[in-house]
Amino acid sequence: MATTLDKVDVVTVGVGWTGGIIAAECTKEGLSVVGLERGQERSTADYSMVHDEYRYAIRYELMQDLSKETITFRNSRDQKALPMRQMGSFLLGEGLGGSGTHWNGQNWRFLPYDFEIKTMTEAKYGADKLPAEYTLQDWGITYDELEPYFDKFEKTAGISGEDKNPFWGKRSSDYPTPPMKKTPLLAKFETATSNLGYSPFMMPSANLSEAYENPDGQQIAACQYCGFCERFGCEYGAKTSPEITVVPTARETGNYDVRFNANVVEVMKEGDRVTGVRYMDTVTFEEFIQPAEVVVLTSYVLNNAKLLMVSEIGQMYDPETGEGSLGKNYAYQILPGASGFFDEQMNVFMGAGALGMTIDDFNGDSFDHADLDFIHGASLSMTQTGSRPIASNPLPPDTPSWGAEFKKASIENYTRTLSVGGQGASMPHRDNYLSLDDTYKDIYGVPLLQLTYNFTDQDRALHKYLTERAVEIMEEMGAKTVVGSSPLSDYDIVPYQTTHNTGGTIMGADPATSVVNNYLQHWDMENLFVVGAGNFAHNSGYNPTGTVGALAYRCAEGVIKYSQEGGSLV
Amino acid sequence: MAEKKNVSRRDFLKTSGIAAGALVGGGIIGGVIGANTRQDTAAPSGGSAGQSGGAEATEAVRGLQFFKNQTEFAVLQQATERIFPEDDLGPGAIGLGVPFFIDHQLAGSYGENSREYMQAPFAVGEATQGYQSRLKRNELFRQGLQKMQQEAQSRFEANFVDLEPEQMDEILTAFQDNEVEMQGATAQFFFRLLRQATLNGAYADPIYGGNQNMDAWRMKGFPGHRPSYINEIESEDFVEFDPHSVGDMLS
Repeated sequence: MATTLDKVDVVTVGVGWTGGIIAAECTKEGLSVVGLERGQERSTADYSMVHDEYRYAIRYELMQDLSKETITFRNSRDQKALPMRQMGSFLLGEGLGGSGTHWNGQNWRFLPYDFEIKTMTEAKYGADKLPAEYTLQDWGITYDELEPYFDKFEKTAGISGEDKNPFWGKRSSDYPTPPMKKTPLLAKFETATSNLGYSPFMMPSANLSEAYENPDGQQIAACQYCGFCERFGCEYGAKTSPEITVVPTARETGNYDVRFNANVVEVMKEGDRVTGVRYMDTVTFEEFIQPAEVVVLTSYVLNNAKLLMVSEIGQMYDPETGEGSLGKNYAYQILPGASGFFDEQMNVFMGAGALGMTIDDFNGDSFDHADLDFIHGASLSMTQTGSRPIASNPLPPDTPSWGAEFKKASIENYTRTLSVGGQGASMPHRDNYLSLDDTYKDIYGVPLLQLTYNFTDQDRALHKYLTERAVEIMEEMGAKTVVGSSPLSDYDIVPYQTTHNTGGTIMGADPATSVVNNYLQHWDMENLFVVGAGNFAHNSGYNPTGTVGALAYRCAEGVIKYSQEGGSLV
Repeated sequence: MAEKKNVSRRDFLKTSGIAAGALVGGGIIGGVIGANTRQDTAAPSGGSAGQSGGAEATEAVRGLQFFKNQTEFAVLQQATERIFPEDDLGPGAIGLGVPFFIDHQLAGSYGENSREYMQAPFAVGEATQGYQSRLKRNELFRQGLQKMQQEAQSRFEANFVDLEPEQMDEILTAFQDNEVEMQGATAQFFFRLLRQATLNGAYADPIYGGNQNMDAWRMKGFPGHRPSYINEIESEDFVEFDPHSVGDMLS
C-alpha cells in the first residue's frame, strides 16, 4: 500500500539540468517544488578523487547501475530485442546533476535550419529530397522564438565563447565569458581550416575561461585544464553543472525539496489530468504517491519516454501505419572524422572537455546539398579534451592490436596523434523508434524500454562526405599518416559512440505528430510537461545540452504560466 | 594518519595559486625507465603505489583474492605478458603487476558483473546486441585460462607456461580468431576481455595494484593525476612531468 504524501505545486522526475532549471525558475516564483531523484546527493566535494581513469571512465563510476534498469535493443523489427547488459554506445547518468555532471561542457545552440528543417529543405530542394520513410518534421518553434531561452541558459552556465561563426543564428548578446585558451594544437586546426577557406572559431564551453557569478548569484570557478571532464565531475566547480548552479538557486528559496533514492515508476492520472507520481524508495522499496498540481518529466530521454508508455499517456507510435507519436523519431548521431599521426610529441594529456575549435562550413544547410544524396551535415571540430592512457592507444594502419609491436606503436603514438571529429546530424526514420519491451523488466517490475535503431542510407552518405572533409583538414594540418573513419555498417550498441540520444517525446505544432507542444506541455494532459532531448524532432550536428537548457527555460515559463492561468498554452 | 589535518594538495593550490610545475615531488620517488626488470620493481626502492608521503613506505604484500589455483594464475601471468611484453621501453604486464590487478578486479564488482543487467532469459543475439552470456567475468576468465592450458597440452603436449613465446602467441591468436570452443561465450569475446583487462591493469592508477611504480605512465608520457595544467597548456613544446597517483590526494 503506497503512502500518499502532501500535495505540492510541482513535482519533477529527475534532478539534472532540466529538473534543476524547472525547480530554480518555479521556486523563484513561489511555487513549491519536489524533485524526485533516484540517485544520490553529490557536490563538488565528492569529485576530489576524479583523476582516476579506471574508476570513472572505464568502470563508469558516475553512471546508471544497469543491474537495476537498462533498455533492450535490436537493429530492426525482425530481430528479438535483447537487454543492453553492459554500458557501451552511450552512458546513462545517475545522481544529482544527472548527465550534467559528467558532460564535457560543449554547449551549442541548434541552427535556425534545425527548427524548420522540413519547410526549409522542401523549399530549397523540393519535397522529394529525402524518401518518405524519413519522418522529418518542423519543431513547432523557430530559432528566433527560442533565442531568449538560449541566452538565459548561457548566462546561467557562464558559457565561454566567441561570436565568430558565420553560420549560426543571430545572438541577442555576446557570450558571458571570453573563449578558452587557444592552445598550439588548436592553432594547427585553425591554420589548416583557414587555409582551406573555412571559418574556424573557438568552441562554446561550459568549462569556464574565468571565474563567473551567474545572474542567480552562483559562483563558477575558472577551468584548470586538468584533462578530466567527460565521465568525471569537476573538482574545481569549473565545469558548469546543475549541482553548482540551478539546484542551489532553487534550494536557497526555501521552496525546494530534493528527495533522493526516489525512483518514479508511474505518472498517476485521472481523466484528462495527471494527479502526481508513484515512486519507490530504492533503499526500503516502500511505495509513495506524490500528488502535484503539475508533473514535469525531467529525466533522461529514454526514461521520459518509458514513463509515458508505462503510464499509458499518449498514443504509441506504430511503424507500420506511421500513426501515433510516443516513441517516434528516435535519433542518434554519426561520427565522421579522421586521425592524423605526427612526428612530434604533443601535450595531448592536457585539456578540457570543451577546449576546441570548430568549423560549421559543412553543418546544417551552410553548404549546397543539391547534388548530394543527403541533407544536413556535421560540426567538424578538433578538441583537446585530455587523452588518457587506458582508452587512448592510437595505432597506425596494419598494426597488431596486442604484443610487442602493439606496445611500441601505442606508446609512440599516444602523444603524436590528433583527431578531427564530426558530430553528424541524424535524421529520423520510420523504422527507428522507442517502445516497451514485452519480456524484460527492471527490478521494480516495470517493463524495460525497447530501442529499435539502425543507421540509414542518409547517415551513410553524410558520414562518407564529412569523413572526406575531415581527412582533407588533417592532411592540411601536416600529419604524416591520415586515417579516415571506417564506413558505417550496422549500428552496434557495444563500442562507445555518443550520449546524444534524442526523440521519442517530440515537440511540434500538431497533436497528431508530436507528444508535446512548444511549451513542452503534453497535448493530452495539460498539467503534464515533458522536457529534454526527447523533444528533438531530429538530432542536429552538435552536442544537445545548450538546446536542452533552452527548452527547459521555455518549459519553466510554461509551467509558471499554466500555474497562474491553466489551460493549454498554445 | 598523523598528518590527516594537512591541507590537501588541491586546497593548497587553490589558496596559493602556485604553479603546478613546482609541485613535482611530494613523496613520489621517480623511477628510471629501463631499470625496471621484474626483480627491480619488486624492490622497496620502486616507490609506493597508493601510499602517500611517507619516506618509510613499506612494500605492499602481494596475494591472490580470486584465483585459488596457481596454475591458472601462472597462465594469466604469461598470457598478459605476451599481450603487453617487457621491452627496451620498460616493463611488461608481469613487471607492472597486471596479473595481480586482474586477480583483484575479478574478486570484486568487475568480476561479479554487479552493476550490469544479468537477468534471464539469456539468448544468443546479434553481435551488435553485445554481451548476452549468463557467465560472470570471473567465471569466463577461469574457463578461458583453463582452455589455454588445454590448448597448450593438445597442441604442444606441454604446460602453457613452459611454451616458447611464439607458441603462446599461436594459442592467443587462436582465441582472438575464435578458433577455440568455449561454453557460454566465445573465445574471441574472452580474448578481447583479457586484452582490455591487461591494458586496464597496465595503465590504471597504481592504487589498483597494477602500473607498478607508475612505469607504464612513464613509458607513455602520461603524468597521471595533476591538479592543473593552466600554466603549461599554451606551451609550444612537449612538457614532461614526473607522474603522480590520485592516492596523493589522501595526504
